Amino acid sequence: MNDWGDDSIPPILFREYHNLLTVFLQFLFSGLTVGAVYALVGIGFNITYNATSIINLAQGEFVVIGGLMMWFFYISLKLPFFVSVALTIFTAGVVGLLMERLTIKPLKNPDLLLMIMITIAVSIVLRGILMFSFGKEPYVYPAFTEGEPLNISGAIIQQQALWVVGITGFCIVLLFLFFKKTMMGKAMLACAVNPTAAKLVGINVSQMVMLSFILSAIVGAIGGMAITPISLMEYDKGPMLAVKGFCAAIMGGLGSNRGAVLGGFIIGVLESMTAGYLHSGSKDAVALVILLMILFFKPSGLFVSKTMLQLRKF
Amino acid sequence: MNKVTEKLLVVLLAVLTVVLLIGNVHAKEPYKIGALFAVTGPASFLGEPEKNTALMLEEQINKAGGINGHPVKIIIEDTKSDETQAVLSAKKLLENDKVLAIVGPSTTGESMALVPIMNNAKTPLLSCAAGAPITQPVSERYWIFKTPQYDTSAVEAIYEYMKKQGISKVGIITISTGFGDAGRKALQEIAPKYGITILADEKYGPKDSDMTTQLTKIKASGAQAVINWSVGPGQVIVTKNWHALRMDIPLYQSHGWGSKKNIELAGKAAEGVIAPLGRLVVWEKLPDKHPQKALLKKYTQDYEARYKSEPGTFGGHAYDSIMMLVDAIKKVGPNKKKIRDYIETKIKNWPGTGGVFNMSKSDHCGLDKNAFEMVVVKDGDWSLLK
Repeated sequence: MNDWGDDSIPPILFREYHNLLTVFLQFLFSGLTVGAVYALVGIGFNITYNATSIINLAQGEFVVIGGLMMWFFYISLKLPFFVSVALTIFTAGVVGLLMERLTIKPLKNPDLLLMIMITIAVSIVLRGILMFSFGKEPYVYPAFTEGEPLNISGAIIQQQALWVVGITGFCIVLLFLFFKKTMMGKAMLACAVNPTAAKLVGINVSQMVMLSFILSAIVGAIGGMAITPISLMEYDKGPMLAVKGFCAAIMGGLGSNRGAVLGGFIIGVLESMTAGYLHSGSKDAVALVILLMILFFKPSGLFVSKTMLQLRKF
Repeated sequence: MNKVTEKLLVVLLAVLTVVLLIGNVHAKEPYKIGALFAVTGPASFLGEPEKNTALMLEEQINKAGGINGHPVKIIIEDTKSDETQAVLSAKKLLENDKVLAIVGPSTTGESMALVPIMNNAKTPLLSCAAGAPITQPVSERYWIFKTPQYDTSAVEAIYEYMKKQGISKVGIITISTGFGDAGRKALQEIAPKYGITILADEKYGPKDSDMTTQLTKIKASGAQAVINWSVGPGQVIVTKNWHALRMDIPLYQSHGWGSKKNIELAGKAAEGVIAPLGRLVVWEKLPDKHPQKALLKKYTQDYEARYKSEPGTFGGHAYDSIMMLVDAIKKVGPNKKKIRDYIETKIKNWPGTGGVFNMSKSDHCGLDKNAFEMVVVKDGDWSLLK
């Protein structure tokens, strides 16, 4: 006999029906958590793209640097939480700065494809350095706030997941204000649209490019700090994050931060729903198929108009 | 330099050469053993402790007078976790170094690539990889042995324990790598034998950061237990998600769970996680008269003293392979065929790190489910079940 009181009905079916809403909500929350990370990486891609038209494929490594350096300062050196956060952000910023000054700036005749290939090289070098300094094992530190996970009609959200989503929201608001309301942000956008014209109106293009690398490294590192308590961090997690974040950025329309956030969440939720309702073995494939469909039917992405697309170099 | 010192130097050199030559004539010729380990590349977490073990054993054996007075020379080649490199290195060991036998390689793929080569060269191979096809079918694997336990034995150990606990419905979640796929296949094939039904069959990628979705499905399927099959960070994330979801059904892990690092990473979430583990990680908890205890103690302590890290199960596989070979050479001398025959027929009730070996004509691994202890995580440490 089962809960139903009737042996003719399999107990599994009954339980599934009973749990339908809870299960759906759980899939959704799981997708949103993962999606927030993709969104942050996507925003990182956008920042460099907006200022330089470069796709910085070392973006995933910035996330790894965020997680690993935070562990180093917070757990290994036992520094206070906020000091560790500040030092991690500083370190990531320095890495971004060095990357631009050492690899992008020396180019006399910058060709887009060449610059993108350089970022791939940098990502490989960074991964090597991370492997030598941290080894191959994963690292983790406690969640920002300790305590019971939230329970929403049976579905559970880890507190750290709320932090990840919250931090993503915070970053997007700050970046929006920066690009739309500050002179520096506008100058950065101007450099991307037309570097020569920007130079003519007195904008220091080289400085803006450097700034964009620093900024994208910091955004990536913040993402890394937030997700490490959930997903652990190891030296070679970067490429996977970069691919998913890149998908998010493309889906939303390269350059649009609003688009990257939505793209990130869409991919995250789609993956989770596919794993839940179809099969978990096919989830990566489905996300990529959806991305292909979007590129096929709306190649500019969800949030970029045809006119804006025409202004692009790449 | 003046003439006198020059002459003195020449004389000195001549004397030294003569002394060295005489010395060499007197010392017996070394026995050469080849070793192929994935010291670099993606499988280096296997190859590193194996290489360390080989270096340590070579030193210990030679310090104790070698094998019947002959020093041992273990020639280590790095396969870079690559099958082609493994084949090339094996040919070098066989043709240039003329080794008596080869220990390793570290992964199943590399070992499979060597099967025809070793059969052709009529030289024994003692693989440190787990895959069953390395030694099966034995008729085509005449020269091949392996020391790690079968995946299927770990599955049997889990199912047997579950049966005792009255668990008959399970949900499985596996990583989409060679290790996970082999485990998934074993879990599915052996389930009927123990009267176990698999209600949910989920997968995840090696770099995934959240498995809540898959675990939710397992929970909703009405399973009485979850079995996760993976090595690396995936098993820690599954443990954390399992804990966060308050699944109220037990979590079983594969034999890949046997590293203290996993408990450290998962923290409180690891409490209550059950796994079949080789005795190397729990040697301290074994009764004193257990046949493996003394050697596990010596090996672990020697390794930790020298390398300041745990040898882990993988270093143990190299230990078993090398010691088995040394045992054989000690008894039958440097004859490849005799060494092979000795290992096949005389390795009986032979305690190693992976278990008590019983090789036979039909089984070139010699371990079964009894090689494992069922272990539960309790207060941040391993604790034996039963």
